[in-house]
This record gives sequence, structure tokens and C-alpha cells, in this order.
Amino acid sequence: MIVASGPVIPNFGQGSHCEVTNGFFCPEWVRDHWHDTLEPALVQHIELALLAVVIGFAIAFVLALCGLRYRVLNGPIGYWADFLYTIPSLALFQLLVPVTGITVLTVEIALVSYTLLVLYRNMIEGLRSVPAEVIESARGSGFTRTQTFLRVELPLATPTIMAGVRIATVSTISIATVAAFVLPQGLGYPLFIALRQDVFKTEIFAAGALAVALALTADALLHLLERALTPWMRVRRA
Amino acid sequence: MTLLADQFQPGTFVDALRFIVDNIGFLLHLAGEQLELSLAAIGIGLVIALPLGLWLGHKHRGLFFAASVSNVGRALPSIVLIAFGLVIFGLGFWNNTAALVVLAVPPILTNSYFAIDGVDPDIVEAARGMGMSERQVLTQVELPLGLPLVIAGIRIATIFVIATATIASIAGGGGLGDVIVNQATYGLAGVVGASLCVSLLAFGAALLLGLLHRAVSPRPVASD
Repeated sequence: MIVASGPVIPNFGQGSHCEVTNGFFCPEWVRDHWHDTLEPALVQHIELALLAVVIGFAIAFVLALCGLRYRVLNGPIGYWADFLYTIPSLALFQLLVPVTGITVLTVEIALVSYTLLVLYRNMIEGLRSVPAEVIESARGSGFTRTQTFLRVELPLATPTIMAGVRIATVSTISIATVAAFVLPQGLGYPLFIALRQDVFKTEIFAAGALAVALALTADALLHLLERALTPWMRVRRA
Repeated sequence: MTLLADQFQPGTFVDALRFIVDNIGFLLHLAGEQLELSLAAIGIGLVIALPLGLWLGHKHRGLFFAASVSNVGRALPSIVLIAFGLVIFGLGFWNNTAALVVLAVPPILTNSYFAIDGVDPDIVEAARGMGMSERQVLTQVELPLGLPLVIAGIRIATIFVIATATIASIAGGGGLGDVIVNQATYGLAGVVGASLCVSLLAFGAALLLGLLHRAVSPRPVASD
């Protein structure tokens, strides 16, 4: 248990009354420590999550193209993904440390693995749901295979793929907080520190709220991107 | 929280299995703790989310609510929830239970909403036409038809909660996480062994609910 490691409230003796008595929420602490604690953690968190989703998207896309062509792959990939989700992230991060060290790479391998599942499934499902007649008529009107894929299949699969990207992004932001257990980066780090420092409430609330706000903002931005990418969906709904 | 990073060797898995065999009593005790915490959270989650989801689905109301609950639920990092639970409820059983309940509610609520909302309106109309009360329509028509999806939601929630209950150890929740967060004492073999146990627990629960899912799914009707 990490919690009971002694009363070490940050700035003990110099802090405000609220900070010293570990009040429920001390805005002055957030103001004083935005630049040295919260802001860097937020930036690191965005970097960790963004990198994981971008790499995860690229790998999942290649896998999905293979999975579409060779259906045999779907079974094993599905089982592997199911198994991966039952491994506690706390353990997966630790498992990788002896191999790749206490580095960003360790965290990214775990985060990317978690994104693959959702991204791959949604890509396959989206691309497969394109009706065969639509593809046939595109081919019939002179589109090459590549053109059909880029201009017909991919756009039609975009809503499903984007739904996967949103889920993957939000859960990556969430899991990245746990990464601080092995790598002192991201919003999980101030959280773990606060838990050890006799549960310093303000820091827990500030870092936690930032993580939630980041996830919700990312979700909203991706929703806007999805709307921009699929203008025809709006027409249909209106 | 210092990580000593034992050297990873292929033998680590063998050591992990040996750790499990040597400490089977201890691990079973921890697994029991973790299961107790998870079941409490899933139970409370069911009591809150299931009736609400079914009722909203039956009324075809609250689409935005059901969808937002699942979005917001996903955006809440488990470690943040557990830390918040610790701050609000103090150290104990309930801080972690409350955090895990928050985690369990979204999949159950959203799935039960969409399960009932998605039942063929013609069937519901026919049931009403036969003189069924609203209650009968829900319990005898919509619920049996939507049950597979409802159980799928409970299955997701269960895997989530059991795997996340590991983190509860940080806030005094006990369970297999006690070994997983304490590599300094138990070594990498202990961490791997304990996490295999967590996987086994989550997988076992998922398997059971998967069988239930299959049992309640309508069998394809043989056509002549």
C-alpha cells in the first residue's frame, strides 16, 4: 500500500492554511504549481496519448487490410485482444520494464497494444459493411481497385472507423494515467505523488479533473472531425 | 513505487508459475478479496443501472443521456476514480467500491438501453394489441428479446471491474493488486504470477457470462 507513507504535505510550513491542513481543494496550490507540475504533466499526457493513437492507427490499418484479405487472421487476433484486455494495465507496464527499461517506449508498447483492439475491430467492421453492390457499381463505372478503396469504401467506413478512434483515444488517455506507475510522466504522476504524500487532496482533484477534461475534450474534437469528414451524414439526418 | 526492474528472462514465466504454486493459499485469499470487492461493485452497479436503462429504453427516451453516460464513463480514468473515492470516502472498503460502481454503470446502462430500445417496434405493437400491460410488454416481450445485449453489457462491466480492482490496492483495497504494486517484495515473478491470476479471474467471469449469453440468445429457427 502506497498511501500510508507519512504526512508530507507539499510546502509544509510555508503553504497556505488550506494547503497545510490538506483542505478539500485549495485553488492557490493549483495557481502556484500550474507551471511546475500540472502543465508539464498535461503536455506529457497529450504527447503519450497522441503518439499511441497515431501508431496504433497505422498498425491497425495495416492489420485490417490483411484481415480483410485473409479472413483466417480474425480468430487469433480476436482471442489475443480479449486476453490482452484482462491483463491489468498496472501489470503490463511492469512486465515490459525489464525488456525496454523505464522509457517512453515501454509505456507506448502497452498503450498501442490496448488501442489496436478497438481500432482493428472497427476498421474491419466498417470496411466489411460496405455493400457489395456499391463496390461493384464503382468498379463498373471504371474505378480501379485503389480508387474504389480510397473514394468509396474508405469514406463509407469512416463513421465506424472514427467511432473506434474516439473510443481508443479516450481509453488511451485514461490508461496513460496508470503509466505513471512506471514512468514519471503524464497526469498520473502528480496523482501518484499526491497519493503517497498523505493523500494531498488538491493535487488529486486537480490532476484527476485535468485527465477527465482532456479525455472529454479529445472526444468532442474527434466528434467534430468526424462530422467534417462525413458531410453526407448530416444531410441524411436533416 | 520504486521499480527495481528484475532482469526479464524467459524463465520469468516459469518462476511466475512456481510463485503461484508456492503461494497458492495467499493468492487464493487475495483473489477472494478482489472478487468480493468486484462483486459488490457489479451488484450495486446492476441495481442502479439496469432498471434505469431498461425503463429509458422502454420509453425510448434519453438517447442523449444513455450515450453520454457511456462516453463520460469511458473518460474517467480508473486511477482517478479510485483516488477521488479515497479522498471523499476515506480509506476502507467503500471508497474502492464506489469508484468501481462508477466504472460498472456505463456499460450496463448503455447496453440495456439500446437492447430494449432496439426491439422491433412491430413486435411491441403486436404485444400491446394483444392487451398486454406496459409492465408485461417490458418483462415478457422486450426483456427476453433484448437479454443477450443486456448480458453483453454486464460482461463488459465485469471484465472492466475485475481488472481494475487491481488498482484498488493503491487505496487500501487489498486483492491481487497488493502483489502487483509491490515488485520490491515479490519480484517480477510475483507480479507476473499475480497478474496471471487476475487474468484468470476476469477470463473465468467473462466465460461464465459468455455461456449465459449463449443460453439466452435465440436459436436460429429451422426453416422448412
